[in-house]
Amino acid sequence: MTAEAVTPALTAKDFATDQEVRWCPGCGDYAILKAVQSVFPELGIPRERFVVISGIGCSSRFPYYMETYGFHTIHGRAPAIASGLKVSRPELEVWVATGDGDALSIGGNHLIHALRRNVGLKILMFNNRIYGLTKGQYSPTSERGKRTASTPSGSVDNPFNPLALALGAGATFVARSVDIYLPHLKETLRRAAAHPGAAFVEIYQNCNIFNDRAFSYITDKENRESSVVYLEHGKPLVFGDKGARKGIRLAGLRPEAVPVGDGGVSPGELVVWDETDPQLAWLAAQLGPPDLPTPLGVLRAVPDLTYEQGVLAQIEDARRRQGDGSLDELLRRGDVWTVGEDGAISQGAAG
Amino acid sequence: MSTVLSDPSERPRAHEVERFREVVIRFAGDSGDGMQLTGSQFTTTSALVGNDLSTLPDFPAEIRAPAGTMAGVSAFQVRIADHDIHTPGDQPDVLVAMNPAALMKELGDLKPSGVLIVNVDEFNERNLAKAGYASNPLEDGSLAGYRLYPVELTTLTRRTLEGAPLDTKSKDRAKNVFALGMVYWMFSRPLEPTIGWLERKFARKPELAAANVQVLKTGFNFAETTEVFQVRYEVEPARLAPGVYRNVLGNTALALGLVAASRRSGLPLFLGAYPITPASSLLHELSGLKQFGVTTFQAEDEIAAVSAAIGASFGGALAVTASSGPGIALKAEAMNLAVMAELPLVVVDVQRGGPSTGLPTKTEQSDLLQVMFGRNGESPVPIVAASSPADCFDAALEAVRIALAHMVPVVLLSDGYLANGSEPWRLPEVGALPDLRVEFASNGHSGGASGNGHAFAPYRRNPETLARPWAVPGTAGLEHRIGGLEKEDVTGNVSYDPANHERMVQLRAEKVERVARGIPPTAVHGDPEGGDLLVVGWGSTAGAIEGAVRMAREEGLSVSRVHLRHLNPLPLDLGEVLGRFERVLVPEMNRGQLALLLRARYLIDVVGYPKVQGRPFFRSEILAKIRTLLGATR
Repeated sequence: MTAEAVTPALTAKDFATDQEVRWCPGCGDYAILKAVQSVFPELGIPRERFVVISGIGCSSRFPYYMETYGFHTIHGRAPAIASGLKVSRPELEVWVATGDGDALSIGGNHLIHALRRNVGLKILMFNNRIYGLTKGQYSPTSERGKRTASTPSGSVDNPFNPLALALGAGATFVARSVDIYLPHLKETLRRAAAHPGAAFVEIYQNCNIFNDRAFSYITDKENRESSVVYLEHGKPLVFGDKGARKGIRLAGLRPEAVPVGDGGVSPGELVVWDETDPQLAWLAAQLGPPDLPTPLGVLRAVPDLTYEQGVLAQIEDARRRQGDGSLDELLRRGDVWTVGEDGAISQGAAG
Repeated sequence: MSTVLSDPSERPRAHEVERFREVVIRFAGDSGDGMQLTGSQFTTTSALVGNDLSTLPDFPAEIRAPAGTMAGVSAFQVRIADHDIHTPGDQPDVLVAMNPAALMKELGDLKPSGVLIVNVDEFNERNLAKAGYASNPLEDGSLAGYRLYPVELTTLTRRTLEGAPLDTKSKDRAKNVFALGMVYWMFSRPLEPTIGWLERKFARKPELAAANVQVLKTGFNFAETTEVFQVRYEVEPARLAPGVYRNVLGNTALALGLVAASRRSGLPLFLGAYPITPASSLLHELSGLKQFGVTTFQAEDEIAAVSAAIGASFGGALAVTASSGPGIALKAEAMNLAVMAELPLVVVDVQRGGPSTGLPTKTEQSDLLQVMFGRNGESPVPIVAASSPADCFDAALEAVRIALAHMVPVVLLSDGYLANGSEPWRLPEVGALPDLRVEFASNGHSGGASGNGHAFAPYRRNPETLARPWAVPGTAGLEHRIGGLEKEDVTGNVSYDPANHERMVQLRAEKVERVARGIPPTAVHGDPEGGDLLVVGWGSTAGAIEGAVRMAREEGLSVSRVHLRHLNPLPLDLGEVLGRFERVLVPEMNRGQLALLLRARYLIDVVGYPKVQGRPFFRSEILAKIRTLLGATR
């Protein structure tokens, strides 16, 4: 395929549809849509090779606003539908847009299995910690005790940690970003796009109607530096305001925030981020308030054989060993006999 | 190369020989006794000597129920004939019972004066008690009505293998082969096919191959020299139509039909499946055919299995999902997505006894209404049914034809009896199979973008079939979005417009109705011009109905039959055909599901004949029903 050579450069506009975007004004989904529409043309891939697949929920309206092939499917099943497409058409760029309810509740099983298999899907999970489209019930990422339409006395169950869940499922690429951090989100999307296997990206997304300010503890201006640590491969984990820089150090297996700079610990004592280290990925997935900053960036990125590569290799191997199957021979496999015109019976396929 | 089989008639004959037109044999024993293998070997050999045949395996859901118990009895029935037959037979003429539990469970079916071969070694107090026998039936005279042949199968097998490099357990495991050798003698069958099979099966364990071959021959010779049996039976080859044949299981034929459809359509086959009895062997069969470009996706659950298939269909594959009743229930929502998205998909339902987990290894036809109506909203899908093990091949091709021609999910109904049953199959000429080629939409062609600036219209329909174009990702200029929300006619955009919704509901229904235009007129077997009674069947009851109707006609009764391949839509002329008969009888392995549909559709007072016992109809049952309805006494 050399079509790419003659494809004129695409712009974000080329990925916008004529459909009116119908998210609530102020919804974080607008920012995510903008980020995706601006990253896709950068990838140098013909537009017709992109497919965006979604389930049900606010986030899952995403395909209607992307001028690519798109499939708005049923609740929770997007990873399974996308898996079938990617396995049968590995050359396509298959992106999944999903939410915390879609991906972690009704579709939890499909998500973990798509990650386990390492199907080459880019899964963007918009996490707003609420059910928006059904008007404000608590979701599997809502904090315990949350009062919502369905939990007037507060929820009694614990939330999922999506990053830990993805890591536990064996995901080869796990990252987190935030709807309004456009440059970081775009860079995270680029990294996901470049990963050959399953890429899981949790995107903190504000639902200003039913769960406004769910992430204000990191997105409010005064918190931005002090409450977030950016994971950058090969660099020590440091964060905090200019006057009060801190780093992450390990005390045994337990991470702790320690002062750095003048009078602080030496940089050599800090954790140096390695996105291929499974132990560190697990550690980062547990970081967060109240004592530690929220990690953003790529927790894990390791190359591995993709599911579709494995499937294709077996088909090619079978063809190499047995030839491109002959239907006639297949039908005649095993014990066959021939009844002649005279009714005589002989073993085998006579004539 | 073909070799003529050794002719049993050339062997010396010291015994009386009785010729039969047909014989029904049932092998029964413990789950671990190898009854399915014994039965299928007898079947293969009988096929190779030219008998027509039909088989019915009957095994428990438990893989290894406690040894010697009733729950663990596994049976295999085969009917061989010198003429064209279509069922595995009602009652066996010969029963091989490997232990007391098998005797207890199966004896009731054996014909009066039937031949009964039992392994006396297993008739000890312990096993008799497990089977619920108060006294030993071999000694208390309760078997006087049968021709009883008690044989020390275990002892004889051990003696045969004295000195063989095998432990006692392995030796005992060959006792079914000893029994098979005896039965081969009894029915004048050649040993060569089974010897060849044993040598292939145990190619890496030559000592096992040699031991089994030795036991097979000894069993055969034992029967010949000890004169344990007074008579031998012969069943002449059937006069089958000229051609090349093989014996085929229903699920194998179905898998081959799907591969053939893939070849004839030029589309790669994608199967999404989750293991479930009795559909799993489809997944096994197809997973071994990768050289045909087949992708099998063993999903995390039934929902993912159908969903993955829908994704593959969106990408332009020949997409199939296969399950049984409980799995089909789980797939309902996704099937509806395929209805709404108007993507081709074949949903195979190998029915089993229900409801819930029901009878996993037993057969039933009780999913017809589930696949017809078991989804939310107005959700019509075409439904086709296979009528015999070999017919699963043709039914698969037909299901694919409809799915591709009409851009619609199609349900293909099989059942446990067809899936695991077998019959000789006259192999088709590959070149004569239907041409299923499809044309994807392309920019400027076949529903593609018009090239004058108008966007691609994914729901602009073929005026004949009402099928929408199949525009697969990767096609430049046809980028579009589909989904489960209601579509605007032509553009496919999301629409909540009331009139549009009604129009789309009607279009989807009309599209399925138009499938009827492409199916042949109803074939009436018997008196096409009409008569006293028409027996209408569908699915695996075909053989039993055919046999019963033939016998009834031989008695002079005015009865004909129709067997439906297409259950939705029904053939255009069916109402008119039903009207030519005084009465209509519908035997079904359910509580009357087709009967309900026919009554509703044609306002005809059809008589239902339900049987829900987890096993097929007997011809005799249907014959008796026909006689009763027609007031015939006998």
